Amino acid sequence: MSDPRLADLDVIILDYGAGNLRSVVRAVERVGATPEVASVAAALDEADVVILPGVGAAADTMRNLRERRLVEPIHEYIASDRPFLGVCMGLQALMTVSEEGGEHPCLDVLEGRVVRLPEGRKIPHMGWNRVELRRSTPLFNGIPDGSHFYFVHSYYCDMADPEDIVAIADYGAEVTAVVERGRLAATQFHPEKSGAYGLRIYRNFLLEHSGNGAS
Amino acid sequence: MLTNRIIGCFDVDNGRVVKGVSFVELRDAGDPVELATLYDHEGIDELVFLDITASHEDRNTVVDMVRRTADRVFIPFTVGGGLRSDDDMRLMLESGADKITINTAAVERPELISEGAHRFGSQCIVVAIDARTESDGSMQVYTHGGRRSTGIDAIEWATEVVERGAGEIMLTSMNTDGHQDGYDLPLTRAVSDAVSVPVIASGGAGNAQHMIDAIREGNADAVLAASIFHFGTHPIMDVKRQMQAAGIPMRMEHADYDDVL
Repeated sequence: MSDPRLADLDVIILDYGAGNLRSVVRAVERVGATPEVASVAAALDEADVVILPGVGAAADTMRNLRERRLVEPIHEYIASDRPFLGVCMGLQALMTVSEEGGEHPCLDVLEGRVVRLPEGRKIPHMGWNRVELRRSTPLFNGIPDGSHFYFVHSYYCDMADPEDIVAIADYGAEVTAVVERGRLAATQFHPEKSGAYGLRIYRNFLLEHSGNGAS
Repeated sequence: MLTNRIIGCFDVDNGRVVKGVSFVELRDAGDPVELATLYDHEGIDELVFLDITASHEDRNTVVDMVRRTADRVFIPFTVGGGLRSDDDMRLMLESGADKITINTAAVERPELISEGAHRFGSQCIVVAIDARTESDGSMQVYTHGGRRSTGIDAIEWATEVVERGAGEIMLTSMNTDGHQDGYDLPLTRAVSDAVSVPVIASGGAGNAQHMIDAIREGNADAVLAASIFHFGTHPIMDVKRQMQAAGIPMRMEHADYDDVL
């Protein structure tokens, strides 16, 4: 199932002790790449694409990243505008600060706060929600606007710069669903759990940064 | 808008799906992984595997099933049955399950919920509650597959499991389960209105109208069904179309992996 256009791509999936990476690994394999799971900063040097997955709480995520001495390397990697994809907690960790379980400084790559979803609906926001594009992006090539993706989260990203927002979902608040800035992209939903269109997002991102162009 | 989910459920005994499943298009209709792949293809939103194997000494069969499912199915799936410790949970999650579900073990030792939620996050801890409405109108929790009464009030228990960190409740009515005559709407509504987390209605699904009622009148966030899909007489997308026509938000696109990739 490997795709010749993705065969030489060094895809690094960062393992910082966040648990189950298997579904992300399998999704990347299913679209034709050969990812490598790594937990050391040195892996970023040779990477063509870095994926930061994650579930759980912001405080744990940041502590894990610090303990593995990944905070500075991630900063440097993103600052040099190399392809980076964050998923779920991998999006929230990029923000300035998270209010989950207190006030926790995050990576501060994207300005804004991670705040609790508004009361009045079931929390966590769990299930397939309609994702609406705010602007066109190669990330959504071949994916109809308004398609559904699988969300599981109780906090969401309140972006300081609306230009970062590529797509939103409605859940009492306008939930940031996808952000993009340069070669950085991140999703609040889980593309690896969002069926064929979810996998298409991984494929689009990898193709876009494979030097072979998106299709 | 968040859609309401239809969740397909398989009872698995020693690695084989029980309850007669007959799909002509399947090479092996007893293989839970083949069935899961088919259901995903046909538009199911999520899956649950309940391992009913009598002895849980040997977990290799279940682990193998979970791993093979994670290899082929790219929608969320939950695994339950005989999980008694956070190490049991970890084994399933590391093998590729997105969530685990606990029932009797949670009643016997409620700390298990908090331990799991603390270690893995609330989002992957589904507490299954089997409840029966008694002749005096009280709603009581049952364990051991619905065979043993606990004397615990279902609403109180639902509230407690959420306080302890459950991210979702899978609520099965012992009154309606197996009858395909509709979900237990009063029970579902009472539990759903009492808790802040999503509630999956289970037990009694016979047709699309039952699912509409569970969401409309029972305030369920998701509906679980086993047997009605197993014979192909209620194609998943047909049920979804009926529910959408009734005004229930549904995920209608179910693109084929090979077409999209």
